[in-house]
Amino acid sequence: MKYENLPWLILFLPLISAAVITLFTLRSKTVSSLISIGAVVAGFVMTVIFVNANGMQFSGETSLQWLEIGDLKADFGLKLDALSMMMLFVVTGVGGLIHIYSYGYMHEDRSMARFFACLSLFTFSMLGIVLANNFLMMFISWELVGVSSYLLIGFWFEKPSAGDAAKKAFIVNRLGDFGFLFGILMVWGLLGSLNFSALQNSITANPAALGAMATTAGLLIFCGAMGKSAQFPLHVWLPDAMEGPTPVSALIHAATMVAAGVYMLCRSLFLFNADSLHVISYIGGFTALIAALMAVQQNDIKRIIAYSTLSQLGYMVMTVGLNGPTPAMFHLTTHAFFKALLFLAAGSVIIGMHHEQDIWQMGNLRKKMPITFLTFTIGTLALCGVPPFSGFYSKDAILAQAWEQKSYLLFGVAVFIAALTTFYTFRLFFVVFFGKEKSDHAKHAHESSLVMTLPLVILAVFSFAGGFIGITNNYGSQFVHEHETFSAWQQFAEPFHNPFPMVCGLVAFAIGFFAALSLYKNATSDPLPKKLGGLATLMKNKFYFDEIYEATFIRAHDFLAAVADWIDRWILEGAIIGAIRGGTDLSGRALRLAQTGNLQTYAFLFVLGVALLLYFVLGK
Amino acid sequence: MHIGIQHYLAVSMILFCLGLLGVIMRRNLLVIYMSLELMLNAANLALVAFSRFNNKLDGQVLVFFIITVAAAEVAVGLALIVALYRKRQSAHVEDLTSMKL
Repeated sequence: MKYENLPWLILFLPLISAAVITLFTLRSKTVSSLISIGAVVAGFVMTVIFVNANGMQFSGETSLQWLEIGDLKADFGLKLDALSMMMLFVVTGVGGLIHIYSYGYMHEDRSMARFFACLSLFTFSMLGIVLANNFLMMFISWELVGVSSYLLIGFWFEKPSAGDAAKKAFIVNRLGDFGFLFGILMVWGLLGSLNFSALQNSITANPAALGAMATTAGLLIFCGAMGKSAQFPLHVWLPDAMEGPTPVSALIHAATMVAAGVYMLCRSLFLFNADSLHVISYIGGFTALIAALMAVQQNDIKRIIAYSTLSQLGYMVMTVGLNGPTPAMFHLTTHAFFKALLFLAAGSVIIGMHHEQDIWQMGNLRKKMPITFLTFTIGTLALCGVPPFSGFYSKDAILAQAWEQKSYLLFGVAVFIAALTTFYTFRLFFVVFFGKEKSDHAKHAHESSLVMTLPLVILAVFSFAGGFIGITNNYGSQFVHEHETFSAWQQFAEPFHNPFPMVCGLVAFAIGFFAALSLYKNATSDPLPKKLGGLATLMKNKFYFDEIYEATFIRAHDFLAAVADWIDRWILEGAIIGAIRGGTDLSGRALRLAQTGNLQTYAFLFVLGVALLLYFVLGK
Repeated sequence: MHIGIQHYLAVSMILFCLGLLGVIMRRNLLVIYMSLELMLNAANLALVAFSRFNNKLDGQVLVFFIITVAAAEVAVGLALIVALYRKRQSAHVEDLTSMKL
């Protein structure tokens, strides 16, 4: 491996940056943001150098022994292969653009330095997940990512809603991580190692190594992905996480962190047997479906995109479950481009609208914000899977995977979701950028500064071209043994190999598009609630998942807490501690009477004692 | 009448009990102090008596030590009583109850 030290530098630069900002430059916005941006951009440059020197098909590890307790050996090591290097590009590349964008977006905020410190901490943690060569290190980074996500969602902690959302995200994630930890322990107990390569070797040598626990272990590990990638039933935190600043939504809750679950599944795919993959695919498909339905009736621009993220994550998880890591990672990468783009463009709209997020207050912004409009259009087309935008290729790969695996139910669901995706995305698109201005803010909207529009343009380029620049080649080389490398033209024409899914995808797009066009082209209010009635209310209220959880789990938890509180207050503290304390107090009071303070009483008692002692010793 | 060790010990015990009674009953610190010395001397007497009747010198040697230490102790004790009197204007034990809470 050439330049063996570069990955370490890539990993630790953001951590150093976070430390330097927190310790020294918290007073200066500009210096702090430049340090943070510098760290991640330098990481991107070093990634390019490293990949240039070693090539994409290369695979290697570099590690230091960290601790050794009995049989447990934990390395602090980095795994470098096509999968992690592509993710390095995504995290440092997309992340870098979002860092730059944040410089413009957060300019007015007085805690900008703290923001960048958290952002750097996040980048470090995410790189830790990507580069980890064993489950332990991945789990540590996994938790660090949870912490930084908590810090960033709750960045505007003066708002109670932001604080609540941060707590919700953290706790829901912890629920998933609990299962993940159990899964890791189970794998270690059964296979005796945590290193990915060693695990893969032992599974390859003996496919039944996990024995009867294979399904349980797989599903427990999937619990981690369920939390981080917000899969049903732990999906409730992601929409609320939109309380954080928009760049955070773009970086953490669209492009990178929520993708960590999918990445982890692909990294440890060899651990899953057919049964657990089956469950995974259905959970993914179900999440994708309900999230797409919820998105149809949301009115907050960021929430619509958040539900769309949820839905696309469901797609990816479903594809992993359908034994298609390559399409899943392909979609993850293109999704990182166009979803980050959509979020950043939405952020630009929000800034232009003076922090108004309700789409029914917007309208006709295409003339006021031309660059935002153009880039948002590209993001929309990519998300909806219009050829030749990147989303078309990755979505087609997913549909083709479902079709080839003969999972016709999931294929149907996926096509239906594709239509829904187009519908709600174009609903947003028409209401925000077309029609009449629906408020004064919309009339006085303005285009954002260059530091914000430039990342938009770069992301738009990748959202457009991401389908045929070799992303599948790189992932393919990771997962398929006899992988042949396609030229750009072959990639361009790849969907025609299996035309049926492609046609289905395009038909779905057409249906969604024309439905949205007819309903929302010049709408000033949403016509859908009247037509759908109760269903629309259900969608708007997210199928009452929050309320159901509130009524069941949270209520049950409150009840348990009340019982524990009662036991603590009355039995432990009242009865047991009270008895001990009261007894001590009482005997102390009684014994105090013996202490008269009179010298001669003491002398008398002393003599009495001596006399008694002598009597017992000598007297008998 | 032959005077045996019992007689010496009886005197010693009487002296000791008188001293003890003084320590317990008297109120004046100086008198308590003198009673204390009386108890010491009662012990000395017993030691000397045993020494004589057992034909061993150990007891008498011990008595010399006790007398020496008692002399030093008197010096310290009297000094303390004087200091106490100067501070409290009293040498009565009833007034010395600061050990009580």
